[in-house]
Parts: sequence; C-alpha cells; structure tokens
Amino acid sequence: MAARALGWLAVLALIAGLGAAFGYAPREVVQGNVRRIMCLLLPGVLTALLAFAVVFVGRVGYVLTEGQVWDRLALAAAEPGVLFTGITIVSGSIWGKPTWGTWWTWDARLTSTAVLFLVYVGYLLLRGMVDDPDRRARVAAVVGILGAANIPIVHFSVKWWRALHQPSTILGPEPSPIAAPIAATLLVNWIAFTLLFAYLLAARMQIARLEDTHAG
Amino acid sequence: MSGYVRRAWMVAWKDVLSERRSKESLNALVFFSLLLLFVFQFALGPERTRVEAALPGLLWLAFILSGLLAFGRAFLIERENDCWEGLVLSPGDKSAIYLGKLAGNLLVMLVVEVVLLVLFAVFFALDFTPALPALAAVLALGTLGLAAVGTLFGAITAQVRAREVLLPVLLLPAVVPVLLASVSATQTALSGQPLAEAAQWLKLLAAADLVYLVVGVLTFEFVLEG
Repeated sequence: MAARALGWLAVLALIAGLGAAFGYAPREVVQGNVRRIMCLLLPGVLTALLAFAVVFVGRVGYVLTEGQVWDRLALAAAEPGVLFTGITIVSGSIWGKPTWGTWWTWDARLTSTAVLFLVYVGYLLLRGMVDDPDRRARVAAVVGILGAANIPIVHFSVKWWRALHQPSTILGPEPSPIAAPIAATLLVNWIAFTLLFAYLLAARMQIARLEDTHAG
Repeated sequence: MSGYVRRAWMVAWKDVLSERRSKESLNALVFFSLLLLFVFQFALGPERTRVEAALPGLLWLAFILSGLLAFGRAFLIERENDCWEGLVLSPGDKSAIYLGKLAGNLLVMLVVEVVLLVLFAVFFALDFTPALPALAAVLALGTLGLAAVGTLFGAITAQVRAREVLLPVLLLPAVVPVLLASVSATQTALSGQPLAEAAQWLKLLAAADLVYLVVGVLTFEFVLEG
C-alpha cells in the first residue's frame, strides 16, 4: 500500500517536473530548447549513483549477515540503476548531437558513465545465469562489491586518460552559474526521479520476495 | 600464518605440476598468441609506423585476450573429477586457495607475455631490450591487476551457465583502469622516457592491484561455497 502511494507521489512529481521543465524554466539563450534535456540528464545520473550506492549497501549487508532481504535490496536497486544510467547516456547523446555536433565523444565523464553502465549490465547478466538463489546472492555479492570498489579507480583512470591525451576539453566554456528557475526545475525533477526510484525499488523488492517464496 | 602460506603454495604447486604434465593450457595459449599476431598484422596492414604507434595497445590487447582464456580455465579444471568438492572441503581459510590460484595464473600469464614479447620482436622487427627493465615493472603491476580480478571472476563464472560469454562481459569493464594505466605506462616505457614520467599511472595501478587483492581475499570464501 505504501508502495502504491509512493508510485502516485512519483507520478505527481514527474508531472510537476515536466511542467517546470517546459513551462517554468526559461529558454536557454545559446542552446535554445535543447537545454531542457538537462532536466532529464542531471536527475538521471544523480539517481543512478544513488541506486548504485544502495546496491553496494545491499551487497555489504548480505556478506555480513547473509540475509536474503539484502540480496533483494541490491537486485531491486541494480535494475533501476541500469535504467537511469541508460536514460543518462541516451539523453546525453541526444543533447550532444545539436550541442557538440556528435552523438558520442570519448569524454571522461561520458566514458566513465558508460563503463559504469557496462559493469552493472554484466552484474545483471550474471544474476540471470544462476538458478540457485543462495549461490546467486553469493556470486552477485562479490561482483557487486568489486564493481563498487572499482568506481573511484575507473573515475580517476578515465579522467587522467583524457587529460593526458587531450589537454583542451571540447566541452566548450565552463557552464555559467545556473539561474534560479533552472536550478528549481532541476531540483523538482531530481525529487521526482528519486521518488520514482524509491517506488521501483519497493515494487521490485516485493516481486523478488514473492518470487522467492513461491520458488522455495 | 605459515600454514596459510603453505596451503596457498600447495594449490599453486598442484596447478603448475598438472600444467607441466598435461601442457594443456600453455601450449594452446602460446599458439593463440601467435595467431593474435597474425590477426593484428592483417588488421593493421604492412605499414610499420601504424604497428609502432599502436604497439602498447596491441600488447595489452594480446595479454588480456590470452588472460581471458587462462582465467576461465583455472577453475574449470577443478570441475573435472569433483576436484571442486576437494577444494571446498579443504580445511583452513579459503582465501589461501584464491592466492594459490592467483599465483598459478600469474605464472602462466607472465610466460605468455614473455613469449608474446619475443614474437612481437621477431615478427615486427622491434627491439625491446633498452626498455626491458621499465617494461618488466609495468608488466608485473598490470598483470597482477588483471589476474587478481580474473581469478576471482574465473571462480565465479566456472559455476554458472554461459560461462564463456560471461567472463569477458564481467572482466573487461572491471579492468578498464588496469588497461588504461598499463597501456599508458607501457607507452612511456617503450618511448625510452624514464618511468617517473608515468609515476601517476603506476601509483594508480598499484592502488588498483591492492583494492582487487583485498576484495578477492575477503570475498573468495563466498564464491567457493556457493
């Protein structure tokens, strides 16, 4: 019941976010309407990071206690995490085409986001390949913990890799300080995405619990 | 502690001995390396400058492709004759098994890498001798990182369906930092610059090796009992 209320709250917040993104936030002078994609991109990546943090918490919790609820938490967070990372990459790509003139560039932030995406897709693939729930939780725990411990290492290596190869960034001038209406719009969208994530997390955990009780 | 080291040593020794007698992995790996060289040559064409420009990347591409085969096999051989049960039942800390397997994998990888360097030197008429000490340091650090993750993931994928596909899918994104750092440091070493130029990358490699080793040692028990 609480999950359902959360779902409706997320819907309301998303509608408000959509309204703010198109109705309230002003048209950007240089980039025009394309800038509105940021309302999707920034909340997407923040929510994805939140989701992967939850995966890590679930993994460590499972290793320490071996309780199935931790495993379900990690699974339930990983799937929306991959979804939100995908939204980030796709919306960034759509934003990049008119702004940078290319769908994809091997920029540090893009590359490390893509690597993150691949790590967690692999994680979900692995989960799908193991039938025994106990064994699945164990191997997923190991991959999840290594993946999370790896995030800072990936981040720095990709950053240095770009810095050493190409000192001048193609990202153009530094983004100007964000205007208040845009900041407010981003905030509303961020809250909406976090609510959506919370709803998906709750719903997925419920499904996983039902799956486990019916299988075992 | 000495018992722990001895257990790790026994696992490594057992693997080396069975490899020496059967020569199953190493023969295939060396031949595979030779084939990779042909593939690289066909892909890049006869121009020497292109090969030289791409050399650090090519070397690590060859190492990691050979590594994927080696890491996959290290635990697969334990599936035969129920050796896996023997490992699980062995007394003491299970992470000793991880370290033993890691040592075996490292040895195989280093042999393959030396063979690959010789093959590259012969087929592409390259001279590695001036860069050899620096190259050895980079190879050791990079291979340790690859093998630390590879051994852990090899143990995981040995017990799941579609293991041949899953190992690369899991391993490649995880070792992106190792690859970036190793290729950059190798570039520095090959260009004759002092290795201090790549100190940043070597530190990153050392940190990554340490993190992977710690995660491997701490979590391996979970993998084995599954």
